[in-house]
Amino acid sequence: MEILVCVKRVLDTSENEIELDREGTGIELDEAVYSINEPDNYAVEEALQIVSRLGGKVTVVTVGGEDDEEVLRREMAMGVHQGALLSDAAFSGSDAKGIATILKSFVEKGAYDLILTGVQADDGGAQVGGMLAAMLDYPFASLVNSIEVLFGGKLKISREIEGGNREINEIELPCVLSIQTGINEPRYVGMRGIRAVASVPIPTYGASELQIGSGTVGSLAAKVKRLDYVVPTLAKGAEMLDGSREENVERVTELIAAKGGLR
Amino acid sequence: MTARIFAYVTHKTGVVDDSAAELLAAIRQIDAVAAPTAIVIGSGAEVDSACLSLCASYPEIWKISDAALAYPNAELIRKALVKVLPPGAVLLLAHEHFGIDLAPGLSIKLNAAFVPDVLAIVGREGVQLKVVRQEFGGQISANVECDISSGVVLTVRPGAFKPPVIATATGKVVDKSGEVGAITSGRSYVETVIAESGEVDITKHSILVSVGRGIQGKDNLSIAHDLAEALGAAVSCSRPVVDAKWLEKSRQVGSSGKTVKPKVYLACGISGAFQHLAGLKGSPFIIAINKNPKAPIFQVADVGIVDDILEFLPELTSKVRELRSKAA
Repeated sequence: MEILVCVKRVLDTSENEIELDREGTGIELDEAVYSINEPDNYAVEEALQIVSRLGGKVTVVTVGGEDDEEVLRREMAMGVHQGALLSDAAFSGSDAKGIATILKSFVEKGAYDLILTGVQADDGGAQVGGMLAAMLDYPFASLVNSIEVLFGGKLKISREIEGGNREINEIELPCVLSIQTGINEPRYVGMRGIRAVASVPIPTYGASELQIGSGTVGSLAAKVKRLDYVVPTLAKGAEMLDGSREENVERVTELIAAKGGLR
Repeated sequence: MTARIFAYVTHKTGVVDDSAAELLAAIRQIDAVAAPTAIVIGSGAEVDSACLSLCASYPEIWKISDAALAYPNAELIRKALVKVLPPGAVLLLAHEHFGIDLAPGLSIKLNAAFVPDVLAIVGREGVQLKVVRQEFGGQISANVECDISSGVVLTVRPGAFKPPVIATATGKVVDKSGEVGAITSGRSYVETVIAESGEVDITKHSILVSVGRGIQGKDNLSIAHDLAEALGAAVSCSRPVVDAKWLEKSRQVGSSGKTVKPKVYLACGISGAFQHLAGLKGSPFIIAINKNPKAPIFQVADVGIVDDILEFLPELTSKVRELRSKAA
């Protein structure tokens, strides 16, 4: 099975505060920490597990610049066979449809049975996978939390729906699936693994290699534009306890007791 | 505004989702005098009763009834909508698992713009619609501008728009089933598997000690269990803890987990993503402890403490035990 996984480098928000820059309209990036978008990492792990059972090859692709190569290398260190960077000045300012258009051109240069994306990114909103599928006229399913390969060019998948319930579907290959976190346990990648793939060449594809016409991607084609960032206004906000730890512990205990706990 | 505005309304066995009223509220903010059309798809008596219940709030309801559409398979419904929607349509739907499945591909097939997970409508100037989204787990909001000259698909965050208090419409149901024709898809629905109930039922507890990513590892869970035991509470959690397999799925609070109604909710190292908060009902008293002072949980909590739960929780447990032994 030939599997393509579309990945993205994102600001790591799990451990880091995100702050506005001095102008108050952008994100302060001076000390920003980046990582692979977490659901994308689960998608890569899922692809690797499928080819380890059935044979085949996994390719990871991203749209971006030189800095984005680091996430391709990180995923290659997991055992991915091939990386590809789609990079061109003409791509900058693309909205989600623009990104999907670029990816579609890359998909058409290969022969993939299955295309995976992460379900969403922190700065996105679950857009590109469904768009890419519609552009390719491939079937699509989102929020996928298990994949079983059936005979006859089909998959049995489950989607995460409300209340922890699962919706089981059959879907024909080739198709596009967006992968939900928790579908597997992504393997650990150490510095040694990343060093081992440090000099593996990663081909770069620009607009001309991908036969992308001017005006179909980039900021001029984008119908959706982010104007600025703002700090959310607090509807109410918590009463922040600013005492010593001992005082805060005391206060929390009182509050729990007052609300009917500790009886 | 010349473009027609539509709301795609989901239903379960004929009972329409709460989002029907929220979508109407969002539509009113795009155009205060719009006469929006609700679209309801399904089969048999179910779709009829869903349509009827919308007549009080929507002036027009389009019904698409087809045995092939009895289960809401987003792939089939996308194809049906492409056949009935007029060019330039503005379509709103809820940002939940069905909307996430349907909306992006639909926007491509309609050649319309797409903005997911909209929290607020700022306003419209000509063909530019301004909306607010959230990024970075709710830490930052973004103003987004969108060209709707060839239509737009918007998914709206559940709970973000307050439904209108009074419903005044006298809607008519228009049967559009005949315009759809035969549709097929490479994806077919098989069945729905209901989540297993775990050994601990977190929905039955009045105090929950709920842990998030801040617990950092499975080995640290004992500090949450100790506190829960001292309080007579249960341990629940947010999604990352289940993804990491540190706790079982049946302890997860959120839209993809359990809906809980405790009296007191101790959110320990939980950032407060909206999918998590969607599982908290009945206005519990929320005490949030998080190292990150910018964590969105502090926007919704009643009391907040900026501290490391790995150090705070054991001290809280000691204090609770001390009080218990005094009382005994």
